[in-house]
Amino acid sequence: MIETLITNVIYPLLAVALLLSAIRLAKGPSLPDRVVALELIASIVVGIIGVHAIETGVLSFLDVAIAVALTAFLAAVGFARFVERGGRRDD
Amino acid sequence: MIDWLVAFFLIAGALFMLVAAIGIIRLPDLPTRMHASTKAGAMGAMLIMAAAALSFMEWLAFARGLAIVLFIILTAPIAAHVIGRAGYFVGVPLWHGTIKDELRERYDADTHTLRSAAARPEQDADPDPDSGVRYKPPE
Repeated sequence: MIETLITNVIYPLLAVALLLSAIRLAKGPSLPDRVVALELIASIVVGIIGVHAIETGVLSFLDVAIAVALTAFLAAVGFARFVERGGRRDD
Repeated sequence: MIDWLVAFFLIAGALFMLVAAIGIIRLPDLPTRMHASTKAGAMGAMLIMAAAALSFMEWLAFARGLAIVLFIILTAPIAAHVIGRAGYFVGVPLWHGTIKDELRERYDADTHTLRSAAARPEQDADPDPDSGVRYKPPE
């Protein structure tokens, strides 16, 4: 039951969410908008990895989710420092 | 029973993430987009981690799910704060319908300083308005 639910409902919902935030990443008028979109993409990827762990029954995928969350946070902070310390402003 | 709980958490988490994505594409400016993406996205990730922990039914899975949830709770506000601060300082325009911007009259973009509420220009009793808050001992 869980497997059919995952393949028929959960993955399409998360895929639509990824697509919408990728549109914002491509469109976003300023650099901080794109950073926000990247952060949301990382959060959705953490969710997808969790769903994949449930689907396959491999517990180690949760460690991958931890690592992805960590790198996403560091990337967001690094981008913010870059923007604030005066990187390229022309987006 | 556990399967129903897992299914409920999975659907709720995926719907929260979809709401976050719809918000990030529909809302008009940077702070409102952050408001959608950080809170709803973090909630979606936490619900999916709850579903994963419940579906494995092991202590290791519970510990890892708890670690991820704690990490998201700790880092999502910090990342949102840092990005919003950088966006405001760089001068990303706010939505035209914004009704309250408390930093506008207090933040000096040239000197990158922020005056506090006690040194507002309209309360000009302070002889040195650049100095910010100063504690005046009671007489």
